[in-house]
Amino acid sequence: MAEILACLASALAGGDVEIIDLTHTLDPDFPVIVLPPEFGQCARFRMEEVSAYDHRGPAWKWHNISMNEHTGTHFDAPVHWVSGRDVANGAVDEIDPAMFIGPVVVLDCSKGASSDDDFELTPKIIADWEVQHGKIPAGSWVLMRTDWSRRTGAQYLNMRDDGPHSPGPTPAAIECLLERNIRGFGTETVGTDAGQGMHYSPPYPAHHLLHGAGKYGLQCLKNLDRLPPTGAILVAPPLKIKGGTGSPLRVLAITPARGK
Amino acid sequence: MSEPLSRPPKKNPQLRQKVATLPPLARSRAAMGLTAAAARGSFSLQHCSECATVQYPPRDACSACLCVDLEWRETDRGGSVVAQTTIHASPDPYYRQRLPWRSGLVKLDAGPSIFCHLHGDVRRGDRISMDIKLDRAGQGVMIALPAGRMPNMEDDPQLRTLTANPRHRRVLVTDIRAPWAVPLVHELIKAGASHVFVGEAEGWRRATPHESLASLEQVSILQLDVTDANSVKKLAAGIGGKTDILINTARHVRPGGVVGGDTVFARDEMEVNAFGLMRLAQAFGPAMASRTDDGINSAAAFVNILSASAMSAEPGYGAFSASQAAAYSISQTLRGEFRASGLRVMNVFVGPTDDEWHQQMPPPKVAPQALAKAVVDGLVCGLEDVYCGDFAKDIEERWRRDAKVLERELTGGEHG
Repeated sequence: MAEILACLASALAGGDVEIIDLTHTLDPDFPVIVLPPEFGQCARFRMEEVSAYDHRGPAWKWHNISMNEHTGTHFDAPVHWVSGRDVANGAVDEIDPAMFIGPVVVLDCSKGASSDDDFELTPKIIADWEVQHGKIPAGSWVLMRTDWSRRTGAQYLNMRDDGPHSPGPTPAAIECLLERNIRGFGTETVGTDAGQGMHYSPPYPAHHLLHGAGKYGLQCLKNLDRLPPTGAILVAPPLKIKGGTGSPLRVLAITPARGK
Repeated sequence: MSEPLSRPPKKNPQLRQKVATLPPLARSRAAMGLTAAAARGSFSLQHCSECATVQYPPRDACSACLCVDLEWRETDRGGSVVAQTTIHASPDPYYRQRLPWRSGLVKLDAGPSIFCHLHGDVRRGDRISMDIKLDRAGQGVMIALPAGRMPNMEDDPQLRTLTANPRHRRVLVTDIRAPWAVPLVHELIKAGASHVFVGEAEGWRRATPHESLASLEQVSILQLDVTDANSVKKLAAGIGGKTDILINTARHVRPGGVVGGDTVFARDEMEVNAFGLMRLAQAFGPAMASRTDDGINSAAAFVNILSASAMSAEPGYGAFSASQAAAYSISQTLRGEFRASGLRVMNVFVGPTDDEWHQQMPPPKVAPQALAKAVVDGLVCGLEDVYCGDFAKDIEERWRRDAKVLERELTGGEHG
């Protein structure tokens, strides 16, 4: 098996395999999920200078940073949701590290999402995808591409008087993915669920069903348009936070270089 | 009649900025009573409890009967100008920059004769209304004002140095989401502010009043989040040199005490209410303090809106009260730090406000419009402490009478 790694190393060095960064920059002004104001809120990313080659530390610069576990591009562990509270090894520090690197498939919903802010991922879309690319392999990350990550400012949460409007999966779609025993589900939006996901039964089906089944979530991803439908490997290790329900992280994809 | 101030021309960038000077600073402890009265807009003088003499200047004992029991009491402002003079030469740097300067002797109806500043509309023999105002050094001084309203009387140059009038000044209102932000912007424009900058945090979830304010010609909405040091620094780098009055409207409030409370909410309250104030002062303070003598649109005031619970905790809002006490304390340090520049720190104390976080509180509650008006009135009058609404006035009075009694009453449980 050592040849596989040697082969990968030379493919990386030779440019036959490329690394794609699926991560947004941690920026104080990047949107986070907004709950009704009487609930506790997701802390925004903040950075405070401790010293900058000055009287507070003459030869070095460093910052204190603060945020929520679910700020920016982040990983959701099963214990994040009430349905996953009793899942064994359901916190980020307990998850088998083998789960952090694995195959990824991409369901392209960008066309539908471009004309419908509330576009739904349905079992039919999954079935049609499988006709073309074969059955989603067990243990895969499944990413829903919507090109939503290109939106900036108020367009990203797309908040209206009745709450946010952004695409996401229906409960049936998540059940369909669970039947395939996926590893986890990821999106370009602020959460794995649709903006209006509270109106499904169960509410927030991606969170409720995935985490209840011990699966993981990834959100606020970008550059999904640079991934092939199948054949890439996702590297997504969250920080090892004791009892953590999630973590900001760097998500990388290893893909065959385009045009090679 | 005072000459109406006209909008100042653009500055000549080749001229050295005028450096702030202060009028004479030293006062006896007894004379500080005038400063305390001026800070809250009261006209109080020493009244002898023995012989009822009203005394000026303040002393440690009654000048008529040597009694030491002297009470500062609200006094009739009426009087007549006995003599007037115009000073054309002074060895004092502050007055040298402002000559000629009018002074006079006024006989108050209440008794004492007072040598004081004279408003431009006041002449020998006129009936006047005496006022105590804080001067640039933050000390109480006497100024004789016309007995009735005169056209443009706030534009009198001597009076203007004693106030932080928004007229022709550029004002930063730090948070558009405060319930009083919109009425405050309108009050400022009505008072003649030449421009109002309004801070908006998190443009990615646009504030409701954004459109209505953005359509006003004198208003610019700029990105500002007081919980983010970089955001505050960035805005100060842009407009710090032309912010004449800063009004911190940012406020985070959640009901709840301490034992059953939540440190996440408490931290948010500290981040906005206490550290937010500190970040604003650090980023905007130095530039404002360097421009307190910059002509008609000189930097004049740094304004905080504080809950009356800053004076004594309201247990129903325990963590919020703590953040307000912290903000109050920071504002006192700022007074010390801005003293040499003459930049005024004005605190506006308010009781429960009529907003979404005080829904269950019974009236009286302060309407956003009333708070906005109190802020602008305070600036026009040159106050340092404004108590807006009956609730805040009542708390202040009880706090001054006996802070311990107030604390016991506020923490009394059911019947508190």
